Amino acid sequence: MTSYAEPAAGAKKLGLVIDLDTCVGCHACAVNCKEWNSGGHSAPMTDLDPYGANADGVWFNRIHTFEAGEGPDSRTVHFPKSCLHCEKPACVEVCPTGASYKREEDGIVLVNADTCIGCKLCSWACPYGAREFDADEGVMKKCTLCIDRIYNENLAPEERVPACVSTCPASARHFGDLGDPQSDVSKLVEARGGYALMPEMGYAPVNRYLPPRAGKKAVGCTGAEAELAKPAETAGLHPLLRWMDKVLSR
Amino acid sequence: MSIRTAKKGAMKMPMDGTGPHEIELSPKVSDEVKCTTCYMCACRCGIRVHLRDGRIRYIEGNKDHPVNRGVLCAKGSAGIMNHYSPARLSKPLLRVGERGAGDFKEIEWDEALDLAEKWLGDIRASDPKKLAFFTGRDQSQSLTGWWANQFGTPNFAAHGGFCSVNMAAAGLYSIGGSFWEFGEPDWERAEYFLLFGVAEDHDSNPIKAGLATLKQRGAKFVAVNPVKTGYQAIADEWIGIAPGTDGLFVLALVHELLRADRIDLDFLARYTNAPWLVARDDGLFVRDAAGAPLCWDADKNTAVSALGADFNPRLVGEVTLADGRKAVPAFELMALRYLSPDYAPEAVAERCGVSAATIKRIAAELAHAAFEKQIVLDQPWTDWAGRRHEKTIGRPVAMHAMRGISAHSNGFQTCRALHLLQMLLGAVDTPGSWRYKAPFPRPCPPGPKPTGKPAQVNPGKPMGGMPLGFPLGPEDLLLDDDGQPMRIDKAYSWEAPIAAHGLMHMAIRNAWAGDPYKIDTLFMYMANMAWNSSMNSAGTAAMLTDKNADGSYKIPHIIYSDAFYSEQVAYSDLILPDTTYLERWDCISLLDRPIGSAEGPADAIRQPVVVPDRDVRAFQSVLIELGSRLKLPGFTNADGTPKFPGGYPDYIVNHERKPGVGPLAGFRGVDGDKAGVGAPNPKQLERYIENGAFWRHHLEPDQLYYKHANKGYLEAATKLGLIDKPEQIVLQIYSEPLQRFRNAARGIGAIQAPPEHRARLETYFDPLPFWYPTFEATQIAEAEFPLHAVTQRPMPMYHSWGSQNAWLRQILNRNRLYMHRQTAADLGLADDDWAWITSHHGRVKAQIRTMEGVNPNTVWTWNAIGKRAGTWGLDADAPESNQAFLLNHLIGELLPAKNGYRYSNSDPVTGQAAWYDLRVRVEKAAAAEAGITSPRLPDIATPPHMPEHPAVLRYGSEWKPQ
Repeated sequence: MTSYAEPAAGAKKLGLVIDLDTCVGCHACAVNCKEWNSGGHSAPMTDLDPYGANADGVWFNRIHTFEAGEGPDSRTVHFPKSCLHCEKPACVEVCPTGASYKREEDGIVLVNADTCIGCKLCSWACPYGAREFDADEGVMKKCTLCIDRIYNENLAPEERVPACVSTCPASARHFGDLGDPQSDVSKLVEARGGYALMPEMGYAPVNRYLPPRAGKKAVGCTGAEAELAKPAETAGLHPLLRWMDKVLSR
Repeated sequence: MSIRTAKKGAMKMPMDGTGPHEIELSPKVSDEVKCTTCYMCACRCGIRVHLRDGRIRYIEGNKDHPVNRGVLCAKGSAGIMNHYSPARLSKPLLRVGERGAGDFKEIEWDEALDLAEKWLGDIRASDPKKLAFFTGRDQSQSLTGWWANQFGTPNFAAHGGFCSVNMAAAGLYSIGGSFWEFGEPDWERAEYFLLFGVAEDHDSNPIKAGLATLKQRGAKFVAVNPVKTGYQAIADEWIGIAPGTDGLFVLALVHELLRADRIDLDFLARYTNAPWLVARDDGLFVRDAAGAPLCWDADKNTAVSALGADFNPRLVGEVTLADGRKAVPAFELMALRYLSPDYAPEAVAERCGVSAATIKRIAAELAHAAFEKQIVLDQPWTDWAGRRHEKTIGRPVAMHAMRGISAHSNGFQTCRALHLLQMLLGAVDTPGSWRYKAPFPRPCPPGPKPTGKPAQVNPGKPMGGMPLGFPLGPEDLLLDDDGQPMRIDKAYSWEAPIAAHGLMHMAIRNAWAGDPYKIDTLFMYMANMAWNSSMNSAGTAAMLTDKNADGSYKIPHIIYSDAFYSEQVAYSDLILPDTTYLERWDCISLLDRPIGSAEGPADAIRQPVVVPDRDVRAFQSVLIELGSRLKLPGFTNADGTPKFPGGYPDYIVNHERKPGVGPLAGFRGVDGDKAGVGAPNPKQLERYIENGAFWRHHLEPDQLYYKHANKGYLEAATKLGLIDKPEQIVLQIYSEPLQRFRNAARGIGAIQAPPEHRARLETYFDPLPFWYPTFEATQIAEAEFPLHAVTQRPMPMYHSWGSQNAWLRQILNRNRLYMHRQTAADLGLADDDWAWITSHHGRVKAQIRTMEGVNPNTVWTWNAIGKRAGTWGLDADAPESNQAFLLNHLIGELLPAKNGYRYSNSDPVTGQAAWYDLRVRVEKAAAAEAGITSPRLPDIATPPHMPEHPAVLRYGSEWKPQ
């Protein structure tokens, strides 16, 4: 078992805010993540049987698409999922070697590949299924929140965000300090009613999801009437007559 | 120092006492970064390619680039895996076995080019049209079309005929622009956005970014599509319309707007041909002696030139002209048609699968957005007649449509209906509406006309014009002296008069059948016609291998260029292996398919970011070399030496289509300081590279809207070489070119249609948009094939080139047939059942997945996942060949016989392939039939020396920070 210090009040809690209102399920984040991390901190993102019957690789971020509800009001949801960097990470608690750990300075949950023995206890413990076992290397891997990008002095300051955030075409991914109530991401969560995934489990995930906005469908949703009224002054007249004496300018 | 250490005090040490975890926080990313243009799909995003140790470390979006502004989709991010794909060809190949078997030997480039030169030279010296030159998802059509012209064959087209020519042609004939590369919604200002059909594969990043902007702003987004997948999933409102009925839905909206008189009359009078007088007798515009169309000036009570300004045009009322002919404004014809009860919401609701109340509400919302939410910008501008407007008025209703609308046999008229709706709302190139992307607008239709009349096709000579163009009437058709098609695909014949992109989907069929004549060589580039790019895929493969009695192939020679071992490679005789997109020069040209925006014209280049490690050559350079070897005038100096010895980059810089106008518009002139028009600049490519591989020109603020009638814009566009003259581009509600073809069917005019085609021309060449049932549905027993079947485009993939990708195929490497849960239940089907899907043409077997978000009368699947075993560098047991399937096998390239004749399965106006007209029935397969998809065609052998692909891919492990 590995113990960890729970973040103190006001501690930095880096994480992602994912907007389910604009995520179109395009997989850009997932593939760009795989691409960046292929040469990154946890490289490689091993792919087994990549050109065969059972292609199966390491992905830190996976997109699940499902339908919720039935009938015309059913909703198609695209749900990107990666490590939520919990404040009480079960994966760290169960790790027998201390390979899984949570950084105090920013809250990122990482795996030390040198001490990971590949026992998979963490993946059994993680309630979100966010761990990725590299069977080729025999170690557990996971989202690093692009720790090799976000502090990387070889990158321009504006590029120091996780690859998934940088590449998202629909601006559905945001990165920042969720421990700081004044941060842009905290304000976004506040404004949009962002929520934690399965908080009842008690792992206190840092990442937040923004719920879909209510769709504008009902009569009056844009301020328009239910249907267009016939012009009163032309009642009973041939419909073309109303355009007969219009004064126009070419 | 960039090495930081996890704080010991914050964390218990591991129990075994090993040291803390050291993390390299600032690892080196790359040795260098090169900017180029993505080609993982046709979106043409700017990319920054990070190189390390000569290999590709990382590809990201270019933040400065006008198309993607830094973002990159799944396809673009997976470019590494396409580039290093084991399916890459490595050397020219010559077929040694039977076509389709995959038996090849490697040959040297000299031998390959000698052979191509011999075949092509013989054709050119005898009958140039015996070369059929068709390119697929190619973005260098201004080069390939020009090459065909120089060769002298009319038989050229790219893939537009089976992609979205209905969209392009209808737009160009109606508003001088269209969607996608022709125009874009004003995402920043639109209040209401209508998205029609499947749109996920084109303009992919800008649309995603735009939808996010719209939603953040609180604008309403309505998605009209039988299937609720990607973009539809985030729409405020999803209209699960019946396939092929969008035109009816749109014209019901038009009916409502006209009924309530909620249309922009000022816009119609000033910017469209609504007031132009249509003669009662021949349906053509009444013109003055100079050829100008006429309007009726209500103040002066006389006919005046419609091209003038400052008069009061009448929109309704028949007039009698000086010569006694009767005429009526086009507006009146239009209004009467759509006020008809046939287009009332109640009349169309059942057919569209959309309630009358919904149609009425959406019409009300459109009108409300356009008129109650009118935008007034404090931006003065000057119209074409020199009148200054202090404000710029906006109608914030925007639209986008793509293949879902286009790929029907009623697609052209449906697209026209969409543009009519835009015009009635005054929502064309205004703040908040759909806006032209430079170089559009162009005159409706733009020039030039197609080339390939008998007098233009001569041995050993260029044609004198580009093969593809825009006919204005029957005199522009390409017919031989007997009235038969000049082109192998029958484009610009009575069967497809406005086939502005050709009919690539008919080229193989017609070449095989010798209808209208036999050809010698089929030369193709980047087009998987033996598989997922053809209708009737298995039948097409059989045509490619069919032989004459003497044992020779019906299609004698097939030359093909592709970077990968696609199905089409196996069905070709001579393979010219292409580079990947990261190994080549290229230009994304204003002469072709540029990347301009509403803010101004733009173009871009590709530069080689890595050197090929195989014996491959960029197709465009090979084409230029063949042009020189064949002594084609455009590719040869007067002394017989090659004009572009440096290949494609040499051509990009030095070719001039007109004086001062070349493939790239930026950094022209000897000093690189000219935009649009200027002498070739020897340093042009260097300048592009310095600028991030693209060039853009920013229009002035007073040039940004009403470009079709904006003097400042029209003059600037003329100066930039985008249009020929700074004249108003009048939008066409009533299409006179269509009426000219209709007249030819009515026996009016010098050129008359043959009797057998008259009824068809009379019906479908209606100068006003109308809706009619799609062809297949009317020619089969609907009760026998009660369901529509369509494909959708998975966002992470782009046709077969994407679905071989080691990363992308982990997202999608098999496809189900999706159907509505209730529909499935009614048929006794459940999730995971295997079923036969049968059309009038054939049947396939696939596994079922039920869902809610689909029109109940529609089944669908993902496009182009299925592959032939043995191709694309995949194992023979890969799911792509036994768990995936193509709907293509169900789609005939010919319609069922009608009056003894089988027309192509195409739109009657443009020849656009009608993929989405497909009708099927679905039946549960027997238990013993479960397990694999059908048909499974024989495995294809692998050419020599294709690389072994790895069992484990550890890409990037060498760069792991230590």
